[in-house]
Amino acid sequence: MLFGDRAKFIGIVIGLTFASLLITQQAAIFAGLMTRTFSFLLDVGLPEIWVVDPRVKYIDDIKPMDDNAFLRVRGVEGVQWAVPLYKGTLAVRTKDGTYQSCSIVGLDDETLMGGPRTMVSGDLSYLRRSGAVIVDQTGAGGKLAHLLPDGKSIPLKIGSEIEINDIEAVVVGICKVSATFQNIPVIYMTYSSATLFTPGQRQLLSFVCVKGKLGQDLHALCQRIELSTGLRAYTANEFKVLTFLYYLKYTGIPINFLTAVALGFLVGIAISGQTFYNFTLDNLRYFGTLKAMGASNNMLLRMILLQALVVAGIGYGLGVGTATAWGMYMGSHTQLSFRLPWHLLVFSALSVLVICFTSAALSIRKVMKLEPAVVFRS
Amino acid sequence: MNDPVAEKIAERKIAVHCEGVTKSFGVGNSAVHALLGIDLEVRTGELLMLVGPSGCGKTTLISVIAGVLRRDGGECTIFDQDYNRMNGDEMTSFRGANVGFVFQAFNLIPSLTTAENVATPLIINGMKPKPAVAKAREMLAQVGFDERMMGCFPTELSGGQQQRVAIARALIHSPRFIVCDEPTSALDGETGLKVMELLRKMGCVENRALLVVTHDSRIYKFADRIAAMEDGRITEIVDSSSKLKALSKQTI
Repeated sequence: MLFGDRAKFIGIVIGLTFASLLITQQAAIFAGLMTRTFSFLLDVGLPEIWVVDPRVKYIDDIKPMDDNAFLRVRGVEGVQWAVPLYKGTLAVRTKDGTYQSCSIVGLDDETLMGGPRTMVSGDLSYLRRSGAVIVDQTGAGGKLAHLLPDGKSIPLKIGSEIEINDIEAVVVGICKVSATFQNIPVIYMTYSSATLFTPGQRQLLSFVCVKGKLGQDLHALCQRIELSTGLRAYTANEFKVLTFLYYLKYTGIPINFLTAVALGFLVGIAISGQTFYNFTLDNLRYFGTLKAMGASNNMLLRMILLQALVVAGIGYGLGVGTATAWGMYMGSHTQLSFRLPWHLLVFSALSVLVICFTSAALSIRKVMKLEPAVVFRS
Repeated sequence: MNDPVAEKIAERKIAVHCEGVTKSFGVGNSAVHALLGIDLEVRTGELLMLVGPSGCGKTTLISVIAGVLRRDGGECTIFDQDYNRMNGDEMTSFRGANVGFVFQAFNLIPSLTTAENVATPLIINGMKPKPAVAKAREMLAQVGFDERMMGCFPTELSGGQQQRVAIARALIHSPRFIVCDEPTSALDGETGLKVMELLRKMGCVENRALLVVTHDSRIYKFADRIAAMEDGRITEIVDSSSKLKALSKQTI
């Protein structure tokens, strides 16, 4: 019956499409943004355990440790290898004289463990040269590019020179990294270079990255490291969750996105619910006719639910499709964080189903209570 | 009983038997007593018309007899079955199998084609849609529809055509009792007569009874008997062919 009433059918589908679009889009941006909070962890990849100062609350909460801490960690039973890693933020002066904050990653000089996985040009080993740095592609072509007076910009390339903390450095490679939460350029160098570029600090070590021996229970190894060194050891996954939860708890991000998602949900219920209910009121005579002709409440219930399910499917498909197309377009043309894992698709589908069945519930109640005698009333 | 028509009817099996049927709406001082002890019998093969002024209780009576409304008191059986002894599901199921409806405003579902509308009672009674629609097409052919019209939607049909579809829908599952509520009131005189001819021809068979509520005196000639109602009571039952002819020329 609903499909015959084109105006209401389209109205409900538009309501559900809008709700699905808003819920999926906002949740995907939220997921993308939250993934960026621990993108550094994903990029470094290899370590199974991250050892930090006990006061560290999340990955960007750097509390430098004693430079020899990694040697103490190496001595713990079950550790296959442990390397130092520096992470900090320094001001970089570009060729045109502007200053730009950059995320600096200092890699272990020997192993270069934690370096970028994808090199666009140059080679990771070039970092061992004096004053050498590798710059991420987005930063090299964007915030660190040389801006000409005519508005054009020249990206950094191998051989380009920049000043980090007033010390000259040479670009020896361009790499690809995951977008970061702060959305600032990422510069890789060796740990020893980092000690040169950073202003005089008593302690510099941000993390000790650890790989356990084959078959090691990582949680047990974490406990042994903590007992032996007095530092805090997290498995990679624990550190990721710790960071994620910190942003969830201490920033207004979730509330902002939850509000948008809730708004989509409520708008969906309001539009679809009202239209669905109006459709039922307009068709009460026909529901009454079906009842008089012997259609049971159960049969009518299934009929309404099937109609709700079909419009839910169409609205969901259109909404998710539009959100995905928008996300893919914006993701490739802007710095938009957009991540659409299957969990979000399920979440969005469930939300649309709840909207649809809530909308249908009002109609179902009306139809269930309808007296078939209504058919004889003029 | 000297009237041959009346004698013939009296010999037939009782389809509907009402005795002292009462029905009220509301309670206390605001209660409306719609039926005040109705005694009525409808026999198989008979077309009985129920006539009377607006608000006299006709609609309430056919609602009770058709099983879409429960009576308050008295006895009412349809083919020896008493609705008040059935639960809601049994009542719905009985109605689906045994009662056909023709409505004043046709009540054809606008989003379904003509054939699908006619197939509805069969589907409700458990038949699969495909054979149900095939059977509906056969029935529509009997009421004069061609293939093209079978695929039309109700809004594409004239009032007379829609009522023919409604009659086909009322008959398709071979119900034993058909209730028609003002079947000609939305039609012009000529179309109304054609519809009644069709109803009489196809609906009035040996094992089936028809109850028609109407205000239209032009169709009285199609009735075997006419029951006149006033203020919740049956005031007169006209059953001789000579009286019916006389009534056709006036309004009760």
